[in-house]
Amino acid sequence: MSAAVASATRPAADAAPLALARTLRHRRERRIVMVLTTLVLVVAAVSLMVGAYNLSVPDLLRTLVGQGSSSENFIVFKLRLPRLTLAILVGVAFAVSGALFQTVLRNPLASPDIIGVTGGASAAAVFGMLVLGLGSVATSVMAFAGAMVVAAAIYLLAWHGGVVGYRFVLIGVGVAFMVQGLLGYLLSRADLRNAQDALTWLVGSVSGARWPEIAVLAGFLAVLLPAVAVLAGRMRMLQLGDDTASSLGVRAERSRLALLMAAVALAALATAFVGPLAFIAFVSAPIARRLVGTGSLALVPAALIGVLITTVADFTAQHLLPGSLELPAGIITGAIGAPYLLWLLATQNRIGKGA
Amino acid sequence: MPQTTDQTPGQASGRPAAAPAAEAAAPAASARHALTATGLSLGYDGARIVDDLTLAIEPGAITVIVGANASGKSTLLRGLARLLPPQAGTVTLDGRDIAGLPSRQVATIVGLLPQQPIAPEGIGVADLVGRGRYPYQGWFRHWSSTDDAIVAEAMAATQTLELASRRMEELSGGQRQRVWIAMALAQNPDILLLDEPTTFLDVTHQVEVLDLLHELNHDQGTTVVMVLHDLNLAARYADRLVVMRQGKIIAEGAPAEVLTEAVVLEAFGLTARIVPDPVCGSPLVVPIGRFHGTA
Repeated sequence: MSAAVASATRPAADAAPLALARTLRHRRERRIVMVLTTLVLVVAAVSLMVGAYNLSVPDLLRTLVGQGSSSENFIVFKLRLPRLTLAILVGVAFAVSGALFQTVLRNPLASPDIIGVTGGASAAAVFGMLVLGLGSVATSVMAFAGAMVVAAAIYLLAWHGGVVGYRFVLIGVGVAFMVQGLLGYLLSRADLRNAQDALTWLVGSVSGARWPEIAVLAGFLAVLLPAVAVLAGRMRMLQLGDDTASSLGVRAERSRLALLMAAVALAALATAFVGPLAFIAFVSAPIARRLVGTGSLALVPAALIGVLITTVADFTAQHLLPGSLELPAGIITGAIGAPYLLWLLATQNRIGKGA
Repeated sequence: MPQTTDQTPGQASGRPAAAPAAEAAAPAASARHALTATGLSLGYDGARIVDDLTLAIEPGAITVIVGANASGKSTLLRGLARLLPPQAGTVTLDGRDIAGLPSRQVATIVGLLPQQPIAPEGIGVADLVGRGRYPYQGWFRHWSSTDDAIVAEAMAATQTLELASRRMEELSGGQRQRVWIAMALAQNPDILLLDEPTTFLDVTHQVEVLDLLHELNHDQGTTVVMVLHDLNLAARYADRLVVMRQGKIIAEGAPAEVLTEAVVLEAFGLTARIVPDPVCGSPLVVPIGRFHGTA
């Protein structure tokens, strides 16, 4: 038959176009990562230098290599560097968490701050502070547990012979309203001074960071982030939809559960340490993916965007707003995220379109 | 096996001729695997859509499943591809229950192209087709030049190689469908299941896609199972036709034997005349309707 003959005489296909496409794709992502890394370094340097006592670049470098005066050491190593480090770590945790949620549930609204996961952490933390009178460590543990419980509840409620993205999101939004209601109730019943503390926690802030806490957070991330890296291959297949992923040999439901657990743990951890810093999880991955624009998971660029938003927001809250009032970073991130949410709702008319 | 006896001479001579070219890129395609459903019942939420169905997919043939809407065609395909666990009965691959086999191993033998596959925003054609190699990758087995060769082969066969650097959203519907088929080919399955691969395509591209699948079946011996809406194209391209109604098979066999006026009436509730297709002699269904054909 002619078809068979044609195929037999067809020369072996040339793989050069594939190599070219791959090179272009990787180069683009690498370039974005380099630019973002540079920006992060600049912001980091500026946040270490600027403050009530300004350091010059040589001052900073001298201090970082251990040649600083005692006051410089105190400012850098006790005040500014812990704060910066905490901001970087939670930026990564929130951003990667959001990227996982949005990819696995295939919905740009699926982010821990929208679907009530960080809300659950908040309600539990405030309950711990106001009703149980817990200290800060116990409050963090409560927050972590609260996020886990709420996420498990959403998963079980959304379960319907499998979990579908939009169902998970809709139930999550409902749960978010419920925990808001609970929060309102707790705050309205509380003593005014305690309520003030709770409200501060609820805005989210990286101030008051201390090295022991940072070490604990870093330890958790050192376990979770490699786990995410291992699961990334499966997540790339889930991007193609459950049916395609399954036919390529991915156990879709099991992989989704594993990825959601990692995502919830990341969001819960970050919230436990700094409170529910608004919208970082929500906006980081979509921005990163738009920048890279190759259908890549763009986890590293997303993490860098998360770091950038967190550090810039904290710097802005500390130094750039008028008045001597030092604001928590969560106010700034909220101010960035809310317009993005409006834009997304206004332009996104196809539900279920991947983030 | 009986099916080897009734092949055309062209098929028989075509396969060895194609084998050396395919050898370097696709060594696995020579093995013939048997996919069988036995007493299979499938459904969602207790509703039974496929009911106690038994079907042996003929290796090396093109099987086309037809039937009215909601007759269970796509559900059966999903069940065969183990995307849907059976409510009763089993699907076996070479005699072993497919549910108990490692999913990656199954994926190297059975591939499925869903009706509406999802492309991540901004994804490039080469990247997408390359994802078809997933079942062959693992901890110790990373992307290699063999993968590149197989992907290039799949793209050449579907005439998508020149689109390698383009993005999916820039392509036409027909091009996009060819890219998805290329991805399924890169997976190098011995049995390829396709759920309405011609939906959303104009008639030219429908024929183009079906020709491509025919070529794949003839050149590489890939077993093709697909759901099609168009009865006439189904009759032309199928070696075996499976007609479904309300979750059951009402007729199965060579199109010329299966596609009778009685079967069309039973399956679709449609009065029709069957005439030989002037192009290739396969049965051609001519619907009658209420206002025409008083004869």
